[in-house]
Amino acid sequence: MALSLKKKGRGNPSRVTRRNTTRTKKAAATEIVETADRKAGYKNLSWMETDTVYLPSADFTYDDKLGLPGEYPFTRGIHSNMYLGRLWTMRQFAGFGSAFETNERFKYLLSHGETGLSVAFDYPTLYGYDTDDPHSEGEYGKCGVAVSSMEDMTALFNGIPLDRVSTSMTINGPASIIWAMYLGAAESRGFHKNMLRGTIQNDVLKEYIAQKSFIFPPAPSMRLVIDTFEYGMRNVPRWNTISISGYHIREAGSTAVQELAFTLADGFEYVRQGMERGLDPNLFVPQLSFFFNAHNDFFEEIAKYRAARRIWAREMKETFGLTNERAMKLRFHTQTAGCTLTAEQPENNIVRVTMQALAAVLGGTQSLHTNSLDEALALPTEKAVRTALRTQQVIAYESGIPNVVDPLGGSYYLEWLTDEMEERSYRIFDEIALYGGVIGAIEKGYFQKAITESAYRYQKDVDRRDRIVVGVNDFTTDEPLDIPILRLDPKGRDKQIARLRKLRSTRDRSKYDAALDRLRKTAEGESNTMPAILDAVKAKATLGEVTGVLREVFGEYREQRII
Amino acid sequence: MARKIRVLIAKPGLDGHDRGAKVVARALRDAGMEVIYTGLHQSPEMIVQTAMQEDVDAIGLSSLSGAHDVLFPRVMELVRKNKMKVLVTAGGIIPEEDVPTLKKCGIAAVFGPGTPIDDIVKFHKERLKAKH
Repeated sequence: MALSLKKKGRGNPSRVTRRNTTRTKKAAATEIVETADRKAGYKNLSWMETDTVYLPSADFTYDDKLGLPGEYPFTRGIHSNMYLGRLWTMRQFAGFGSAFETNERFKYLLSHGETGLSVAFDYPTLYGYDTDDPHSEGEYGKCGVAVSSMEDMTALFNGIPLDRVSTSMTINGPASIIWAMYLGAAESRGFHKNMLRGTIQNDVLKEYIAQKSFIFPPAPSMRLVIDTFEYGMRNVPRWNTISISGYHIREAGSTAVQELAFTLADGFEYVRQGMERGLDPNLFVPQLSFFFNAHNDFFEEIAKYRAARRIWAREMKETFGLTNERAMKLRFHTQTAGCTLTAEQPENNIVRVTMQALAAVLGGTQSLHTNSLDEALALPTEKAVRTALRTQQVIAYESGIPNVVDPLGGSYYLEWLTDEMEERSYRIFDEIALYGGVIGAIEKGYFQKAITESAYRYQKDVDRRDRIVVGVNDFTTDEPLDIPILRLDPKGRDKQIARLRKLRSTRDRSKYDAALDRLRKTAEGESNTMPAILDAVKAKATLGEVTGVLREVFGEYREQRII
Repeated sequence: MARKIRVLIAKPGLDGHDRGAKVVARALRDAGMEVIYTGLHQSPEMIVQTAMQEDVDAIGLSSLSGAHDVLFPRVMELVRKNKMKVLVTAGGIIPEEDVPTLKKCGIAAVFGPGTPIDDIVKFHKERLKAKH
């Protein structure tokens, strides 16, 4: 139960407030700005009003709401000893230019103490286009690395021990093709599928909802996803066949509650469709993982992770009837919120990232990416990335925070907030059900509208200065930006295209034709597409060619325009 | 009565980051302008064609993928080729040092992250005042 002491009557109108003056460097030199009383009725980033102070709740039952760490419903974390056993994986999302340039960045990160890899692909790759496709114009290597073939994939991981380092790949529409290239490249180096660890993002639902790098319509997209679940369950047992992602939903402008509820709703849909295929959920669900954002409101974020674990565990056990405890444990990766980074005074971003990373660690994340200070300006430089990684290492080795399991458990405020987020999520699940489920809600634009609304509302808050963004709408300076920017090799694209053409002209044509033919027949039928995709990439079919066959069979998705 | 200012908000290339474009579109609409949003994945040719069909006074180009250096000048080339009288602005993740090149090819303003939406509204109202 919370005290009903709202913050009111504290604002003294005669005080100097910061509503009217932007504190620029110039202003600070000539006037002293008093510390203003804060406006009453503080609202967090889900526009939830909070009370002044929280007390023990009368209906709080420890065993039901929390349980021990490592025990159902896993609110306090999925491991009994949490970070005392093993720290989270420090996994920096990286990729730019060619496979060769990115391979160097991977080795740089590993040499500085990174413990897992995470691949950022460029836009053409995300859409299943080769570098020399007309659609790829202007996009080569910019938002990530270009991977058009198994040969590129081999170069990307050259010299990296794939049995010891786990790799996460942010790829969705063509996820099964990129995964096949990874499996093929690993196999050619002698790493058997059952020793490989990693993750493909493979979450197409959130592509329609927020991230927008979709290729095929929902039904065939879901078929490809379930194909990977089935293939992974049987052949690549240590691989996360999906990373069900709230990150992009949040970046597109949703609130924390929407991020939580939309993501879990997507998760339920994947489980449902996997079961419809006839897969045993006790076997495939343990290979599903999650990915959340770490935004600015510290406790709201921690409550979000805790609520996520509790809801998932309950739903898996009670609604879906699962009995394997591993399937009830929600495991997740976290990335600090890119959209909170400011181009102004970029050094301040280090502080933001530190706070966000702390929330993720206190929320019990399994792996973490910390953003670099320069990412509101361009791709991060080596030094900026190193500082971001060091931020995690300082938390891990200096702060003492990982030395106790779930140190915030039992905080009156945090437990109230966790309950509140859970309750609000269920209200959103009910709304989604009114649309006939996640796919119906996507087709009717429910998620897209909700996210656009929240993004606009937030921007208006910032523009009215109801929310302060340090260095942007308050505490500004006039000093010019002075930070180095990463530039790509200007000849990179030509070199990549030359490699691609050579591959096409030297491969065994009959083997290639046979593989693509088999792929087409498989796609037209109903059996699992993964084996045929693997054959195709091993026969040196490029990403664009394999996706091209699937585009012909499945068609392409066009979204409705909602503003 | 003068007709409303018509603005096309466009997403060139493969970039899927549409939060900024949509927020700006909403803000311009709330400020009384008529806003057409292209949706995602537009080629420069598609954007210019839509701009002509819709007879817009302004085009806002948004890119966060880094493809601005190739795609924005291409749009400007087509604008010139078609002798269009249109105010073109840009927004997204655009490094400071790329701004002079974009301006040289005719882009009137580049709105980076942190730009208050009101600045964008005012800019359009002021620059298009003579026409309306």
